[in-house]
Amino acid sequence: MKSVKNHLSLVIALLSILFSMQVFFIVDRSIEAYKVNLASSYSVIAVSKKPLENGEIVKINKIISSVQELSPDSVIKRLSSDMKNTNVELLKLTLPKFYKLSLAYYPTSEEVKELRADLLANNSITKVEDFSHTHGTTYKLLLLFKNVVSLFAFVVLIVTVLLIFKELRIWQYKHNERMTIMGLFGAALWLRSAVLFRLAIVDALIASFLAFGIFFYMSSHPWVLEQLGSIGINIVIFNPINDFLIILGVAISISIVLASLIVIGHKEEA
Amino acid sequence: MNKVIIARDLSLSYSSNETIINKANFSIDSGSFVFITGASGSGKSTLVKSIFGALKPKQGSLVVGGVELNRVSRSKLNLLRRHIGIVFQDYKLIKEWTIDKNIMLPLLINGYVKSVANNQVDKLLKHVRLNHQSGKYPLELSGGEQQRVAMARALSHNPILILADEPTGNLDEYSSQLIWNLLEGANSQLKTTVIVVTHHIPKTISTDYKHFHIEYGSINEIR
Repeated sequence: MKSVKNHLSLVIALLSILFSMQVFFIVDRSIEAYKVNLASSYSVIAVSKKPLENGEIVKINKIISSVQELSPDSVIKRLSSDMKNTNVELLKLTLPKFYKLSLAYYPTSEEVKELRADLLANNSITKVEDFSHTHGTTYKLLLLFKNVVSLFAFVVLIVTVLLIFKELRIWQYKHNERMTIMGLFGAALWLRSAVLFRLAIVDALIASFLAFGIFFYMSSHPWVLEQLGSIGINIVIFNPINDFLIILGVAISISIVLASLIVIGHKEEA
Repeated sequence: MNKVIIARDLSLSYSSNETIINKANFSIDSGSFVFITGASGSGKSTLVKSIFGALKPKQGSLVVGGVELNRVSRSKLNLLRRHIGIVFQDYKLIKEWTIDKNIMLPLLINGYVKSVANNQVDKLLKHVRLNHQSGKYPLELSGGEQQRVAMARALSHNPILILADEPTGNLDEYSSQLIWNLLEGANSQLKTTVIVVTHHIPKTISTDYKHFHIEYGSINEIR
């Protein structure tokens, strides 16, 4: 029971790090997926004095993925009842050309500014409508959300690393006598500290498998899928291979680094 | 004769303002049996600590088994310690390990194959008359038995030097005699150098052995 309790404190601390890390990944993936959704429904309107080739417009900025010329027919239709056909044709020729530009991805505020400047640098383009105000607010909200989650994950990381460090120091005190006796007979540092590393690695494995279980369950839970579906996001919440390998790598690395720090700091008693 | 320990103007201390051993000069021949006596707090255990490298000399030089301990690296010190067997008054056995594993410790550190180490442990347990206690943990044994385990551990890897710090301090007469017999046996049969730190030398032991006495920080050769 005492042994389980000893393991539990390190396992829980490691699990909190892994949990906050995976939550960060999920948020990051959700935001990226949401950005793709926004990009597909987001467009820029450019107004030109004379007709432009679609390819010519696409070359203006790499963020432009496609161009669609907007037909002036609906405007002309409303006016045509009061006009002669010849005047309608004349109007068609004098009206500016409207182009709807679709974007390759969801742009940052800076990229929107740059796109606007690039388009207006073209002599034919007289006006650009980019809905930057609405776009900026949505984007800043997303960034704020991501930053809050990152900050939270960072604080969890710092606090739990300190907790793990304390826990390993307790282990070191427990094993101090054994390490000292082994040192008296000339055991190398790695041999004296083997028990500490073994415990740290075992706990890292336990925490990783627990995290795997929790996220594997979460990734297929109807409630989670429903929440993401309701905002039109379809992401991989937990990749059983890639994410598990990252989790395992992080847990083992943290344990080994902290155990090494403890071992290096150990002073031999005689 | 080869010298296993050479001390020249050796001063030992734990702090800068207090010297425990002051400018001591002595040497110990390889294969000899040596007693170091002195009152409590005279510096006997301090000297033992310095011999196995747990305390660096403050001044002078101390050479053990050809290794200058003033500026020895950790890896060289480990190598030296693998050729030394140590026995303490408080046994210093690993409580979580069986007595067999405790005895096996120096063998494993020295890279012995497990089967060879197991055979050696069996022999040593018989030698210290504890073969019936095999598989037990140190705290299941009496003080005298624990010290015999510590003795077996010190002998297990055929060291060039055995350091025994008050090895019979807490023991009954039977166990004490057994420990003395084991130390004398290692010295006479295996030609191991034995250094024993003790309050008093038992009457049953040979009077031919070399004897140093520590008093007021100096080490004096009595015989």
